[in-house]
Amino acid sequence: MILHLRRSIVFAVACFVVLGLLYALAGTGVAQVLFPHQANGSLTADGSSLIGQTWTSTRWFHGRPDNFGPYAANPKQGIAGGDNPLVANGVKGGSGPTNLGPRSKTLVADTRQLIAWWHAHGVDPTTDLVTTSGSGYDPDITPQDALVQIPMVSKATGVRPAVLRRLIASQTHGRQLGFLGSPYLDVLALNRALARLE
Amino acid sequence: MAYAWTIVVLVAALAVSWRYLGSYMAAVFDGRVHWLGFVERPLYRLLGTGPDHEQTWKRYAGALVVFSGVSLLATYLVLRLQGSLPFNPQHLGAVPPGLAWNTSVSFVTNTNWQNYAGESTLSYLSQMTLVVQQFVSPAVGIAVAVALVRGFARRSAQTVGNFWVDVTRCLLYILLPIAFVAGIVLVGQGAVQTLAGPVAVHDPLNGVTQVIARGPIGFMEAIKQLGTNGGGFLNANAATPFENPTAFTNLFLAFLLLVIPFSLTYTFGKMVGSRRQGAALLAVMALIFGTWVGFTSWAEHQPNPAVAAAGLAHQPTGNMEGKEVRFGDTSSALFNVASTQTSTGSVDSSADSYTPIGGFGMLTGMMLGEVSPGGDGSGLYTILLFAIIAVFIGGLMIGRTPEYLGKKIQAREVKLAGLGVLVMPIAVLVLTAVAVSVHAGRAGPLNAGPHGFTEILYAITSQGNNNGSAFAGLTGNTAFYNVIGGIDMLVGRFAIIVPVLALAGALAAKDVVAESLGTFRTDKPMFVGLTIGSILIVGGLTFFPAVSLGPIVEQLSHGRFF
Repeated sequence: MILHLRRSIVFAVACFVVLGLLYALAGTGVAQVLFPHQANGSLTADGSSLIGQTWTSTRWFHGRPDNFGPYAANPKQGIAGGDNPLVANGVKGGSGPTNLGPRSKTLVADTRQLIAWWHAHGVDPTTDLVTTSGSGYDPDITPQDALVQIPMVSKATGVRPAVLRRLIASQTHGRQLGFLGSPYLDVLALNRALARLE
Repeated sequence: MAYAWTIVVLVAALAVSWRYLGSYMAAVFDGRVHWLGFVERPLYRLLGTGPDHEQTWKRYAGALVVFSGVSLLATYLVLRLQGSLPFNPQHLGAVPPGLAWNTSVSFVTNTNWQNYAGESTLSYLSQMTLVVQQFVSPAVGIAVAVALVRGFARRSAQTVGNFWVDVTRCLLYILLPIAFVAGIVLVGQGAVQTLAGPVAVHDPLNGVTQVIARGPIGFMEAIKQLGTNGGGFLNANAATPFENPTAFTNLFLAFLLLVIPFSLTYTFGKMVGSRRQGAALLAVMALIFGTWVGFTSWAEHQPNPAVAAAGLAHQPTGNMEGKEVRFGDTSSALFNVASTQTSTGSVDSSADSYTPIGGFGMLTGMMLGEVSPGGDGSGLYTILLFAIIAVFIGGLMIGRTPEYLGKKIQAREVKLAGLGVLVMPIAVLVLTAVAVSVHAGRAGPLNAGPHGFTEILYAITSQGNNNGSAFAGLTGNTAFYNVIGGIDMLVGRFAIIVPVLALAGALAAKDVVAESLGTFRTDKPMFVGLTIGSILIVGGLTFFPAVSLGPIVEQLSHGRFF
């Protein structure tokens, strides 16, 4: 027993030094040398290309409604909002999905509200535009999600639909390696390209 | 079609690893790998032990239990004291006692159930301390599996190996090098790895300011998957782009969590001297896993009923509630099935928002006892318990004393295997019954109706199987759930490990009987079918009533919302 205890303490200390400290520090060192941009969060002048934002104006293409409409941060209802991984509109929280089940009345009501919002802006929404993501800040939408928003964006910006269609095509990433996941657009990059166009 | 290619690539990568990683792991545990001897030998001197100091199963189990106790206490202390310790850029205070208890049990038992949001609760030092357990707990699981395999391989032996040596070799030669390389790959794809604190960014286009959590995430992600741990740095786990940035990393992470549990069947075959025996266990694992991936992926490609009821019936991209665009519906389902059936529990999409059949797939994947392929080490030793039960049933049918790998399976072995198989269902069903009987338990669920019951059942199943996956709507950070969850996880880990080691000791002591014409062959399809049957019947008989109150009734209640 005493022998087990002594060995356990020695082994636990050795593990802490090697697997806790050295692993994380060496990993950080290698990551910072090889991939400094990615390792620090893929930050650009307008935000991180990996963290979705809530697009406040109909001049911009919208992403998933993670912090929007019924899902916007609301301290009274205990909704942290998904947009900011740490602080959403002043409410402290973490990343996360809504966790609403497939037969939840709340989910039905929230989705109705979002569908109505899109219809009021002349958009026939796709699934991604009325459902929230797993992380709470999905940065991407599919090409179809962008195409259906053309009437809204065109009306607010005055850019012709044909030009927006070309813009969407130019910003579309195919499936990774040709077969992985879904085709997608990074909403931040899309809107940055739209800003350059204007 | 694209999804079919995803599966083909995953299967091909696992097949190659099965052969070569499996063979390499056998060499590691046979003591034929020495390239880090300059670290290994001084450590043995410090411990006062070494490969020549063989242990009986009782000493092996004693070392394991004492070491796990020390790990538990050390992790608990770091979580409680994090406010006064370094690597705390957000100046976070101490983790409360109930949560610190649940979290330290969770990581020491390879469960990684998380009742906290990592980015707003834990300092970087606390996260690094959890990473230590993400290495050590799978190494302990693999060591137990290897001890059991030695029980089959040895003849008339008193010892089953040396706990310290097995764990050290597993860490140095298997987990650490693979995790380090995987960490570099993940960061290259976009995972974050920094010691700098959160960053505030302002988007002048949009007029929005965000505060973005960062940290040493990428390398934790690597061992979290490879070690079938599942506890991520961020609350939303592998759904977040900082943990799982691309569709490639999604597949890569699924590969990492499957690779060791599947490959260990090759290691087993090699160590007992017959690869066909390992291939038979692989077939059991792969057939169950493939079936579950198939129907869960199909279910997630269906429309979400609530979204359809709200007016959007046409959902060509499947059930996207709680899923990320870059993965899509089916790849998300693949990840979550792989994670629930390896006792990992990481998620790349919200399990709570899966369709009823999708949720059924994840829940029942755990209820089968985590054998398809199960966690690192725990998958192999649990499936060997089922194999013993299968040969016992086979023996009853033909009226002959059963044998497995030349070892006579007698009353003691069958009792130990039965105990190991039944501990988890008993813990899960009793604790679920307690949780739905008391107010503190019923206060947990977010969703109403059968889905709320599923949230409770899922949580207790997950912890009892040392999985850590969650229907995360459940408010788990309460005194009640922290305490019973901790008990659930400890029982699900050690009340199985100790009988397994006792079994290893009992088997090692036996001599091998010669194979005869009447021997039931355990490397043939008949044995594969009998083992699958045993797994499905034990899981089905124990859990069918509970599951029928959750996902099954939810699926059948067409048109009703709760």
